[in-house]
Amino acid sequence: MKTNRFWSWIALAFGIIYFVVPLIGTLEFSLRMRRGVYSFDAYWVILSDPRFQATFGYSIVMALVTIIVGIVLVVPTAYWVRLRLPGWRPFLEFITLLPLVIPAIVVVFGYIRLYNTSSFLPLTGSAMGTNLLLVFGYTMLALPYMYRAVDTGLGAIDIRTMTEAAESLGASRLKIMWSVILPNVLVAVLSGAFLTFAIVIGEFTMAALLNRPAFGPFLQLIGANRAYEPAALAVISFAITWVCMGLIQVVTRLNKSLAATKR
Amino acid sequence: MSFLTISHLKKSFGATTVVHDFNLNIEKGEFVSFLGPSGCGKTTVLRMVAGFETPTSGKISIGGQDVVNLKPNQRNIGMVFQAYALFPNMTVAQNVAFGLKVAKKPQAEINATVHEMLSLIKLDHLADRYPYQLSGGQQQRVALARALATKPQVLLLDEPLSALDAKIRVSLREEIRAIQRKLGITTIFVTHDQEEALSISDRIVVMYEGKAEQVGAPFEIYNQPSSRFVASFVGTLNTLDATVRDAAAGIIAIDGKDVMIGQKITNHKVGDKISLAVRPEAVSLGEATDKRETTLDGKINSVHFLGSVIRIRASLGENTVSFDTFNNPSAPPPSPGENVKVSLAAKDMLLLGQ
Repeated sequence: MKTNRFWSWIALAFGIIYFVVPLIGTLEFSLRMRRGVYSFDAYWVILSDPRFQATFGYSIVMALVTIIVGIVLVVPTAYWVRLRLPGWRPFLEFITLLPLVIPAIVVVFGYIRLYNTSSFLPLTGSAMGTNLLLVFGYTMLALPYMYRAVDTGLGAIDIRTMTEAAESLGASRLKIMWSVILPNVLVAVLSGAFLTFAIVIGEFTMAALLNRPAFGPFLQLIGANRAYEPAALAVISFAITWVCMGLIQVVTRLNKSLAATKR
Repeated sequence: MSFLTISHLKKSFGATTVVHDFNLNIEKGEFVSFLGPSGCGKTTVLRMVAGFETPTSGKISIGGQDVVNLKPNQRNIGMVFQAYALFPNMTVAQNVAFGLKVAKKPQAEINATVHEMLSLIKLDHLADRYPYQLSGGQQQRVALARALATKPQVLLLDEPLSALDAKIRVSLREEIRAIQRKLGITTIFVTHDQEEALSISDRIVVMYEGKAEQVGAPFEIYNQPSSRFVASFVGTLNTLDATVRDAAAGIIAIDGKDVMIGQKITNHKVGDKISLAVRPEAVSLGEATDKRETTLDGKINSVHFLGSVIRIRASLGENTVSFDTFNNPSAPPPSPGENVKVSLAAKDMLLLGQ
């Protein structure tokens, strides 16, 4: 027993060192811009850079649009498959896992070939069209996380009986989706939304190859030309991801404590 | 013409037919129970009335209107489910108001109806609670109020008491019946519990293997079962093997003793082996006191003291019967192994085999 615990501690310590040391190194380096003293100069330079504000703002908007598209696409699909086509669930799970095995660069090249200016649907011919294409790409990248989060949420409630109860009370499918199903899987949807947000904020490949002013390419640009600022940006990016993860935890716990007080 | 008419209803899932040529007429305000074992098709018929299943063939009309092609949300039907199916994100009042909001009723009318429904189920003090905060019985009462709030043409109850404990089941079924009588709403109640069906129904439809075996009032179903299945499924039944002595005069022999059953035995000749069914209340301990009864020699197998009632199991030659007798403090019950006289009310025997 003691031996087991000893090796568990060793494994944990190794994991922590492996994860934390580079972060501490990056943080320490990002504070060294002013010679001889620690300062937040690198952060100040980054945060006051108009390109940071523009690209970060752009990525936030793209993330929000992606989340909306993801919810509109995934919630009704997962609901309908669970309700009427349960035999299709393995197929749908396979489809939603594809983005994990097909590299983003392959997808984006496919997009460019399919939707270039000489194609039947020239989405890349305008900024709005390309933004739309990027949103679709982001939605696909976030699909494994959004689908699983929503599907797990749907699995926790008796959607069939609730749907039938609402139908017997005269509700339409849209009303059932909006008033009965969505509120009961909201926590799952929010988890998927925060994961989507974290993915979109740091995504580079699609935004760079579609030539959109997103935060990912800005990170790369800074990294290629500056010394201390990239380290500061890396810390900022980590912080954003952690905030998203923390929000998932907060929402989940809030829901649990609400349920507990309701009981 | 009946208010709810089901004619030649059939439902198949692939090659399996679960409902065969089901016919039923229900009058307005009637309380009809579908009674049968699991898998007999009772819930499938109910779900076809609700619109959740599409019949393979047949017709369902409510108030003279054919509803087979109508969606569930167009049928104006209230339904209560075994699993309550309350919306967890809504309070009790919001659950009850849901159907009224869908129907776009004015807010004042919604508030008044919600108050009326919650008063009807005596839960108006819990209007702001969430379903998690209610007991099973309270949740099912809210589900009933929600189903009634939209003033449906027909109320469908799909085993609404199955998930509740015994005491609550009894009180809630009485409450359901009282509310149904008060509102005069046509109701179909699905259950596999014969006591529930017998105690609250105007009529019972006993179902077996997708067919209506017998339709009748509870008294009729219990006392005049039309088939062996109905006789064995509804109530406790003792089955006795006998031999035909005189078919025309209705004389049979049980354990070598002639018994006149008071009815002509058709389709059998002298010497044929037949089965008879007798309810426990037609069996008693001791010598027969009525000439229409027959006394047989028996041996006590087991005695179970249940308080006011004593349940006795006795052998009558090759046959075994089970019956109850009231507890008498001044006369102790017989002991296992004791030889006793057992009398049977021959007129109440049912000839089985159909």
